Amino acid sequence: MIFSHDVVIVGAGGAGLMAALYAREGGADVAVVSKLHPLRSHTGAAQGGIGAALGNEEEDHWLWHAFDTVKGSDYVGDQDAIEIMCKDAERTIIELEHYGVPFSRNKAGRISQRRFGGHTRNFGEAPVRRACHAADRTGHTILHTLYDQCAKQGVRFYDEFQVLDLLMTPDGEAAGCVAYEILTGEIHTFHSKIVCFATGGYGRAFKTTSNAHAGTGDGMAMVLRKGLPLEDMEFVQFHPTGLYRLGILITEGARGEGGILRNSDNERFMERYAPTVKDLAPRDMVSQCIYKEIRAGRGINGREYVHLDMTHVGSDVLLKKLPEITTFSRTYLGVDPIQQPIPVAPTCHYAMGGIPTNYDSQVERAERGTIIPGLYAAGECACVSVHGANRLGTNSLLDLVVFGRRAGLRMAREIEERRTSPKPTLPDNPEQAARDMLEDILGRTNGEPVVKVRTDLQETMMKNVSVFRTDETMSEALVDLNQIRARAARVSVRDKGKRFNTELMDAVEIGFMVDYAEAIAASAHHRTESRGAHSREDYPKRDDGQWLKHILFHSDQQGGFEFSYKDVTITRFQPKERKY
Amino acid sequence: MKLNVKIRRFDPESGEAPHWQSFEVPADPMDSALALLLHVKWYQDGTLTFRKSCAHGICGSDAMQINGENKLACSVLVQELAKKDGDTVSFAPLPAAPVIKDLVIDQTRFFEKYRAVMPYLINDNPPPERERLQSPEDFEIIEDATKCIMCGACTHSCPSTWADPEYLGPAAMLKAYRYTFDTRDEGSDQRLKVVDSGEGLWKCYTIFNCVQACPKGIDITRWLSALKRQAVTAQY
Repeated sequence: MIFSHDVVIVGAGGAGLMAALYAREGGADVAVVSKLHPLRSHTGAAQGGIGAALGNEEEDHWLWHAFDTVKGSDYVGDQDAIEIMCKDAERTIIELEHYGVPFSRNKAGRISQRRFGGHTRNFGEAPVRRACHAADRTGHTILHTLYDQCAKQGVRFYDEFQVLDLLMTPDGEAAGCVAYEILTGEIHTFHSKIVCFATGGYGRAFKTTSNAHAGTGDGMAMVLRKGLPLEDMEFVQFHPTGLYRLGILITEGARGEGGILRNSDNERFMERYAPTVKDLAPRDMVSQCIYKEIRAGRGINGREYVHLDMTHVGSDVLLKKLPEITTFSRTYLGVDPIQQPIPVAPTCHYAMGGIPTNYDSQVERAERGTIIPGLYAAGECACVSVHGANRLGTNSLLDLVVFGRRAGLRMAREIEERRTSPKPTLPDNPEQAARDMLEDILGRTNGEPVVKVRTDLQETMMKNVSVFRTDETMSEALVDLNQIRARAARVSVRDKGKRFNTELMDAVEIGFMVDYAEAIAASAHHRTESRGAHSREDYPKRDDGQWLKHILFHSDQQGGFEFSYKDVTITRFQPKERKY
Repeated sequence: MKLNVKIRRFDPESGEAPHWQSFEVPADPMDSALALLLHVKWYQDGTLTFRKSCAHGICGSDAMQINGENKLACSVLVQELAKKDGDTVSFAPLPAAPVIKDLVIDQTRFFEKYRAVMPYLINDNPPPERERLQSPEDFEIIEDATKCIMCGACTHSCPSTWADPEYLGPAAMLKAYRYTFDTRDEGSDQRLKVVDSGEGLWKCYTIFNCVQACPKGIDITRWLSALKRQAVTAQY
């Protein structure tokens, strides 16, 4: 079947719903296509807060926020986009509040704000209260409120449709996408003037991750398969405090409320590494420090974890401001944070890189200004790049809502401008490639099951391309990925049915995973310096002379790839050594 | 330990009637129930079908009946379901919903009921330049209800839902409570018109199954009772 809309948004998390809402309010006919029901999107798992210099608790300025974000990015974030994000933050959060997001409140009845890693007053002086929050379920309340608003506005949803292919005209203009309806096994074409990817992150490529099972980087891979590049893929965020072995997130808000990291000597080790902000250093630093402690033999009981000590902050704070993580810790580890420290270790959390866009969320094919007509991306799958080499906590929800909103506004304007022109012509047999892919998978017998290939991919990425990297480990990962690519192309499924065939979708996803995992490993191998979350033991220093630039990764999907580069935009803040 | 994992299977494409199937699954007491299902799907039978996503109790994908009670598979541990080697853990779809396949139910009706209660902030006054003010005490009135993840465990545990498919059910009415008692909302009258009905509030017989089933520990019956009081005292 062919569905026809002005705008098709792929993905229904924070970015997708913001884009849908603002495009709809701007008069566009919008469809949201998502492999999950929108409320199951991973935005709902964001816990601790969303950053904006509202100044509700103490003096704050968007420029301080922008400085912290630039410094947090290790100076490879684009400063024009960062300025826009930090300036837009205030009104966007006020609009969210007006939509009904139930934020926690301070005594004055204003949105309550707390401390978070890397956010400071007056250009690095001391931590500042900037993280607006709804207890520790901030993402959950934003996601649900946006979905509620979409219901009000009558946004058209296609729930549980897996998008398989992006459709482009021969002139390189977006024309729609092809999706598989999971319920029925039917393949459909979505014909539109605009396609916007908001498909989220890719944490599932790593063995230990805070990300949902759905976080398989689908949008990034689909864009790559159209011969378009991915940007900043070497920068992968490991959040310092995942529950030991499980990777389930314990928000940085726990340290914002006073939590302390301790090693086996019971030492508050972050004092040694970041004397000013201590446990509230940015995530790249804290994750690296935890591994340094573990390597020095100071992991708890000789194991690969440290303690997050909340016992001194009091049951009031834990039960009122951090109820979810208190429950997670009790449920999954049997540890009551009121009485015992929580065992934690770094967990793969966030993709700084992704589909290159400008600050109106329009996808670019190369250097700035090379916009692909009708193609947008927003949220974690996109790379604006506001996070550079390391994202600050609370800036992901902010990125989603700011650039989701900007995408929505820009798309509505574009639809208005193109009101009288027809939709771009669909290619002949638009569904053919998707059909061939599924028929190929279903036709295979005696292949390996998906789980074996996926586990090997997750293990090589975790072992070789996680917090510390060397030429040797990344070369090993690239060799492994070449073999995994061939194996992924031969996996077979036992479920051959048309109705809700999730095993078939697993087989599709492993194909996506190989494509973007290679982008991560190859880009990381290529960048011969250490910067932010990209920490190379064979190149321990930052090298601004050679590497103050973005890497764009291009692939032929056969294991062949090449790189191009994009300058970093610097407006106000010249690169300096990063100290906290 | 090794557990006997018993799963209610149904695939309409196969022509077979719904039936139970057992699998022997290795398990650790600290594993989640979801891990048992993943083990079966990944290592024993790829045709087993269920929804999952975040795997830590916030996305609401994997509500199902486990050992006869509605729970989130990712939020209940094996140690709460089985004591020793050979014990049985059973999985079935949420009751009183059309089954799509195995443990996957059709939630179309569930979300129609959600949409029926006008589940959004209604306030036609022009908003102030900054946030609308709300005291921490006023926020606390709705905070518990905002924890809802719309998993459906409550609605499908409710005997009124089982008896009457038209009943709005606790999840939708909790949403109505969440907005009606939000001090920023002015849509109380419109919403009460929907829930103050025989298919709404008055089919809640305070049986408390919903409270017991809620994986987020929301005191649903209490909030629905507050909504009932509002319905009888408000002039609308």
